[in-house]
Amino acid sequence: MGGAALEVRDLVVGYGPVRALRAVSLEVPEGSVVTVLGGNGAGKSTLLRAISRALSFHGGAVTGGTVHFGGRPLHSLPPDRVVAAGVSQVPEGRQVFARMTVDDNLRAGALGSRGDRPAKAAALRRVRELFPVLAERSGQRAGLLSGGEQQMLAVGRALMASPRLLLLDEPSLGLAPLMAARIADTIREINSQGTSVLLVEQNAALALRLASYAYVLEVGEITLSGPADELAASDEVRRRYLGVVDEDAAADASQADTTHPVLSRWEG
Amino acid sequence: MTIFIELLLNGISLGSVYALIALGFVVIFRATEVVNFAHASLLLAGGYITAVLSDDIGFWLALLTGIAGAALVGAAIEFLVMRRYRGADHSVLAIVTIGVDIMLVADIGRRLGTDILSVGDPWGDRVLTIGAVSLAQTRVAALLAAGLLITAFLLAFRYTSWGVAMRAAAENAGTAALMGIRLGRVSLGAWAVAGGLAAVAALFLTVFPTPGLEKSTAQVAMKAFPAAILGGLDSTTGALVGGLIVGVTESLATGYQGDLTFLGRGLGELAPYLVMVAILLLRPAGLFGTKELARV
Ligand SMILES: Nc1ncnc2c1ncn2[C@@H]1O[C@H](COP(=O)(O)OP(=O)(O)O)[C@@H](O)[C@H]1O
Ligand SMILES: [Mg+2]
Repeated sequence: MGGAALEVRDLVVGYGPVRALRAVSLEVPEGSVVTVLGGNGAGKSTLLRAISRALSFHGGAVTGGTVHFGGRPLHSLPPDRVVAAGVSQVPEGRQVFARMTVDDNLRAGALGSRGDRPAKAAALRRVRELFPVLAERSGQRAGLLSGGEQQMLAVGRALMASPRLLLLDEPSLGLAPLMAARIADTIREINSQGTSVLLVEQNAALALRLASYAYVLEVGEITLSGPADELAASDEVRRRYLGVVDEDAAADASQADTTHPVLSRWEG
Repeated sequence: MTIFIELLLNGISLGSVYALIALGFVVIFRATEVVNFAHASLLLAGGYITAVLSDDIGFWLALLTGIAGAALVGAAIEFLVMRRYRGADHSVLAIVTIGVDIMLVADIGRRLGTDILSVGDPWGDRVLTIGAVSLAQTRVAALLAAGLLITAFLLAFRYTSWGVAMRAAAENAGTAALMGIRLGRVSLGAWAVAGGLAAVAALFLTVFPTPGLEKSTAQVAMKAFPAAILGGLDSTTGALVGGLIVGVTESLATGYQGDLTFLGRGLGELAPYLVMVAILLLRPAGLFGTKELARV
């Protein structure tokens, strides 16, 4: 494994007595977009928190397995060292600093950067090019932005650390389809600029279009994996995650099973 | 009228000193969500260092050492005590600070005994007179120093990386950690800043008209507590406004005590708490606060 590939091996995570991940292994080759699909509670956020070492803020802990990035172990580092190593996470639900201005949110994102002043200025330029709206709203409180703009800010904030790998936790969550599509476009663009992406999503249609390789996570275990286009064509994924109903399945699958889980997420 | 103006100016000066203490309080609360009951002991430590050294090394150097010393004591409390309890419930941490406070106040109190130490300030009991209004020089110095420090603090809070890290950590610690912000450092910095501010406050609580530093100075410092709470424990603006309200209330109530004897004696001491209770009845989160403290 050369360059800046992410390698997760047999990762086991628990929240107290609750096992959230059991022996999860996956890989994100350098420069690629890899997605992890899974329903609500599958363990997607847990996986990202384990990589970014932020589990302790949620009462969880890694109890087994390893995480390497570019050959270096991440699994024993504090979160700031993970950021310094080039891995930044955009948390689920955006989590912008609502009481701070857009600019201050971006400054906060740059605090973990190892770069010097010019590097930080370049990161800011790149973020503003990707999301011009963040430049327009620079002095506004982040809490006043729309959901889509907040997602842009959350992504922009993570990019301020100039990561080599971006971890995205359900960026399309709660967004209108048009806005979700725009976010998808920027993810593609960020990747084309050389940043690898690990995207976890319930919105499988969107994720499979972006990714080259996909994993399916169910109740803490990887049950399926393969090239994204192959997975997108498989009956299992089509039925469970893409909401495509074939005649047989329609007979016994209930309505709830086949609608997009995205829609029911907020109530949970 | 002259009396009123004098009382008001004295109150504002006193209030700005309370604001310094309350600000430290708020900084620690925002950075760590812990209500720091050990604040008075930080103040006592700063005042003690200043007072003990000023005879030997001169007032200004002693003051600087006092500020650095109190900052160090604050940082030491964070590093040696609070850090061990990370992840514990915030009310447990608040109780831990009470324990720290008792130990520190007992130790400094033992050293002080019944002494009243002069801090050796250059102002003495001189009075500044403008027209009919006269004001102790110490009060003028307090107002200027506190104003300067508060301004510097607010600018730093707003514009420096330190300020951005503090505010981000205060708003959402978990997300701040994802940004690579080191929460341990943020918390350490908050305790150190609070200690430094408390040391300056200690100076102005022990100069004229107060006889000097004594054990009971710690209790005087606790008046900043209602200031912080009525302003809203998580608001820096609240700390300033709260400090001023408490200072002015205390000054006016003490000054007009003679006219208010039907309310009993010691009104000046009591007034800040009465104001706090009244304000909290109307606004449970304090004037500028966002978090209610019902469960602390
Ligand atoms: N903070 C937490 N404390 C306890 N259990 C949690 C916590 N967060 C998640 N879990 C549990 O871990 C499992 C995986 O959750 P999560 O990683 O949030 O799933 P996803 O992101 O795929 O929806 C779920 O069973 C959930 O109940
Ligand atoms: Mg999740």
